Amino acid sequence: MFIRLSAAIAALSLLGSPALAQGAKPTDPQIAHIAYTAGVIDINAAKQAIAKASNKEVKSFAQDMVRDHEAVNKQALDLVKKLKVTPEDNDTSKTLSKQAADKLAELDKLKGAEYDKAYVANEVAYHKAVNSALETQLIPSASNAELKSLLQTGLKIFQGHQQHAEQVAAKLK
Amino acid sequence: MRSGYYLPIVAVLLFGAMIARALAATIQITTTDLVFAPAEVSAKVGDTIQWINTDVFVHTATAHNGDFDVMMPPKTAVTSVLTRAGTVEYYCRFHPNMKAVLTIAP
Repeated sequence: MFIRLSAAIAALSLLGSPALAQGAKPTDPQIAHIAYTAGVIDINAAKQAIAKASNKEVKSFAQDMVRDHEAVNKQALDLVKKLKVTPEDNDTSKTLSKQAADKLAELDKLKGAEYDKAYVANEVAYHKAVNSALETQLIPSASNAELKSLLQTGLKIFQGHQQHAEQVAAKLK
Repeated sequence: MRSGYYLPIVAVLLFGAMIARALAATIQITTTDLVFAPAEVSAKVGDTIQWINTDVFVHTATAHNGDFDVMMPPKTAVTSVLTRAGTVEYYCRFHPNMKAVLTIAP
């Protein structure tokens, strides 16, 4: 039942689709917006998990997600302010947000261990998708060196999140 | 005076403490981009570890055997003194794939 990938992940994988790869390289303001949106999505999912999760480890994982993604997004805001860049809404961010809201509603219907498993499984898949988008699309497309370096730090920390989520998922089985 | 009798003892204790302090080292361990560096450190009981977190993320240095659990706020340095000998594997509670080892001689 949870095999279906979240729609948000599908949106991220659009980034790697040939349509976008052929020429429509995202601009720095768009990249900043996509990265920030991806962070907000994970923070919202984590806040739901802090309220709903029954497993202690799942709850503390969710707290880790809020702490780290807020730290990254604060860095991102500081950077765009410094660079005087206005993050620019775009189709990828819009699709991400819309589909993340659907996923949140879907998770909201679940309870107890079923919810815990679904949340952690989605975290594994979501971070995997974000990391692949960062690696193959966002980092190579970023032209500003500081933005690129922030995305690289983001990739490092999100790879850690993915492994952490996989460890938590393995324990829930 | 009775207090005169204690004076040498006090002096020995004082100097003893000073010598011990002079011998104790301060060792720096840094976290940058979610990595403890150096990953392997040799120290002695009484040494001070200065934990320098250059990341914007909170880390911890948490011993698997429970000997220490140091909170490392972002962009901050904190210190802790090693009190027990042993080979201590530690990690960050918030980022469990951050791992390192401290070898503490008596």
